[in-house]
Amino acid sequence: MSTTTTATTPKLWSGGKSPFNVEYGKLMMWYFLMSDAFTFGAFLISYGTIRFSTNGWPDPNEVFKSFPFAPEGVHAPLVFVSIMTFILIISSVTMVLAVKAGQNMDKKGVTTNLIWTIIGGIAFLSCQAWEWNHLHHEGAWWGMNPFLNADGSASSTNFTNYFFTITGFHGFHVFSGVIINIVMLIMTLTDKFEQRGHYLMIEKAGLYWHFVDLVWVFVFTCFYLI
Amino acid sequence: MSHTAEHEVHHDGGTKEIVKVTVILSVLTVVELILGFWMMGMTNEGLRLAVKGSIVILMLAKAFYIVAYFMHLKHELKNLIMTIVVPLALFIWFITAFLTDGNSFRNLRNTYDPHFKEQSTIKVEKKEAPKHEEKHETKHEGYLDETRTTH
Repeated sequence: MSTTTTATTPKLWSGGKSPFNVEYGKLMMWYFLMSDAFTFGAFLISYGTIRFSTNGWPDPNEVFKSFPFAPEGVHAPLVFVSIMTFILIISSVTMVLAVKAGQNMDKKGVTTNLIWTIIGGIAFLSCQAWEWNHLHHEGAWWGMNPFLNADGSASSTNFTNYFFTITGFHGFHVFSGVIINIVMLIMTLTDKFEQRGHYLMIEKAGLYWHFVDLVWVFVFTCFYLI
Repeated sequence: MSHTAEHEVHHDGGTKEIVKVTVILSVLTVVELILGFWMMGMTNEGLRLAVKGSIVILMLAKAFYIVAYFMHLKHELKNLIMTIVVPLALFIWFITAFLTDGNSFRNLRNTYDPHFKEQSTIKVEKKEAPKHEEKHETKHEGYLDETRTTH
């Protein structure tokens, strides 16, 4: 037990200590997230390329200007999307707290923080559902673009195609993140992690959830701000 | 058992760090939003571009704080940091190459494709957004026809 940790490691790795000092699943989660970053990057760079190759582009402040329960024709750009952004940041913070509680083997802390994270994820998805529904009612969808370019000229459907594809792909990631977090919550409540003696699974779910927040930082900037 | 022992070594960031990073992320987002609101009525194209550039820098700062502290990458071993960050450096080339390509395509079309250039100068009168389902179908067709450009 004293210094012979190499005796318990698998045969394929004979170099003593692991070079990354993280467990296998966490390392693979990092690699998966890296590949996912390239997928999102490809989407966003493609969007940028098309935007750079076009003379006009719709003004996001004219497109995303509505707010739930506000009167028709209200002009509130950036307000709704900033609420969505803060929801995702806060849910990321509660996820960090859940991971932290897991490291201290604090089952109660993990449970409460996971529940808050799930609520945040569902709130974000609801906001996105409202926004998509609203835009669809205005006549925007894949292949349909009712918004004119900022300079008043006719726009192409590239704007809506990219918007719905990229926010939809991100929304799908949020949805899978919520599912993963619900599975983590069930596993916590059924004492699966207590039996294993560690909450490392929560850390992997946490990495995924933070990645979803990270992607939103880019999507939010590229579609709503710039 | 060895897992928990290893983890205690590099999990040094406490609740204080989480609070600090949360505040930093919120402040950066608020600054981004202020810049976004400021940009709305801006007519000076150069200044507009500068503000957009600063928003991108703030975005990258936010990304750094999320990856480094929330995803804990800063406290991992340098080997792990390198295997994640170095491949992502490809993005520098992707972004440079593709955006330059898009820009060059626009310039070429503006120079050699009179129809493309003309299309982007014709002003279209603003239409009322359809408010009811009945209007929807007919409106869509109209939009599709007039919004289709050279593609």
